[in-house]
Amino acid sequence: MPLITRKQVIPGDVIASGDYRYGSYIEKRGSDYIALRIGLAEVSSDGVKLIPLTGPYIPHVDDQVVGKVIDMSGFGWEIDINSSFFGYLPASFVFGRDFSPATHDLSSKFKVGDLLLCKIEAFDRSRDPQISIRGPGLGKVPKGEIVKISPTKVPRLIGRKGYMVNMISDQTGCELMVGQNGLVVVSGPAEGILKALNAIRMIEEEAHLADLTTKVQNYLGAGAQGGD
Amino acid sequence: METKKKLISDAGVRTDGRRWNELRPIRMEVGQLKNADGSAYIEFGKNKIVAAVYGPKEVHPKHMVLPDRALVRCRYHMAPFSVDERKNPAPSRREIEISKVIREALEPALIAEDYPRAAIEIFVEVLQSDGGSRVAGITASSLALSDAGINMRDLVVGCSSGIVDGQVVLDLNDTEDKEGSGDMPVAFMPNLNQVTLLQVDGIYTPENFRKAFELAMTGGRMVYEMQRKALLEKYFGASPSETAMEEEE
Repeated sequence: MPLITRKQVIPGDVIASGDYRYGSYIEKRGSDYIALRIGLAEVSSDGVKLIPLTGPYIPHVDDQVVGKVIDMSGFGWEIDINSSFFGYLPASFVFGRDFSPATHDLSSKFKVGDLLLCKIEAFDRSRDPQISIRGPGLGKVPKGEIVKISPTKVPRLIGRKGYMVNMISDQTGCELMVGQNGLVVVSGPAEGILKALNAIRMIEEEAHLADLTTKVQNYLGAGAQGGD
Repeated sequence: METKKKLISDAGVRTDGRRWNELRPIRMEVGQLKNADGSAYIEFGKNKIVAAVYGPKEVHPKHMVLPDRALVRCRYHMAPFSVDERKNPAPSRREIEISKVIREALEPALIAEDYPRAAIEIFVEVLQSDGGSRVAGITASSLALSDAGINMRDLVVGCSSGIVDGQVVLDLNDTEDKEGSGDMPVAFMPNLNQVTLLQVDGIYTPENFRKAFELAMTGGRMVYEMQRKALLEKYFGASPSETAMEEEE
């Protein structure tokens, strides 16, 4: 079986022909597998896979996202999750089952403009995504610097089993909250934040290149020695 | 009108020094605009065109929402300084029509069903115009759409041909467009080999029609190669070999 690694494709390109399983951003046309995005294609025994290099954020259930409260009604909050869909956080998810609009004041919990670390509870094509803040570490983001990166680069920022994000966090002494929607909140000491932001920018710019982990490690390591 | 000057010399050279089957110089760049989700800039002869894409984003006004797919909007606009005499910036009949045909030329390539209840907005801004701006606009918009990361079945490429001095020629410039006797803009998806735009003005014999259409398709394939190069350059830069992707999970 011919294996293809890191083939650079643009929309309309044939990645491979034959009989494979295939993932997102790929269309099957006859026996050809066609790329629908700009990205790097891989063919292995698992099937045909395309890692896109650009694109919007499409919510998936259980994604951790960073969102901003943009509106408040009697029954919940509307959250901007950097997508074409607005998330909805029902008040009953926050106040519990005995929530009543008459007795509970929504603005006592979150106000318009607040930043939340939350998760996609439910989503399908027909309705806007439902948001929840139940889970460890989820809830209001008290402080920090917010950076927006391309949502397609988030897996690269996280790295294998969170290696990259943990490394940045350890080396800079900052806490990083990474949302799958491309929003990242960095909090900690000022000089650490600056360094972490640079590292994040570097990952975004060089996401398609090999050996990124070493590069970031060198940058953070060298920076730490120079700074001391 | 009988004192028409010749647009093709006896030696077969056109007003700008090209042969019948030659394109004007073309340059394309992807991702020029930081604030748009996707963008492209194209120079097609003296045409200078910027295309920007926003979306998928929420639809306003809400009643225009399509429950099963994205709403595609397109605006083709010529800057007041894009032509010799100042152009009124308000959308003209011509611009409204071209906006529609550009949208319809791009829609077959877009997988709008992947973005239900969303809007995709395409802006084509002509900074300098030189004939054939709709096909150049389509070429640039298709680059901008793929830069925005919207799922596409194929890129769309545009090219025109026409009849000048009774002869079928490729890629008309402004003079040839105005003084020639026929103009045929064609847009198509090169991998799928499907035509998405075909307009004709002037009088063609069946023979000339076939020749002009085939010439425009041939020209389009040359434009596609440049389109492809521009896209790869933006995303993979000068060192295409050493790319990698390690993923979480």
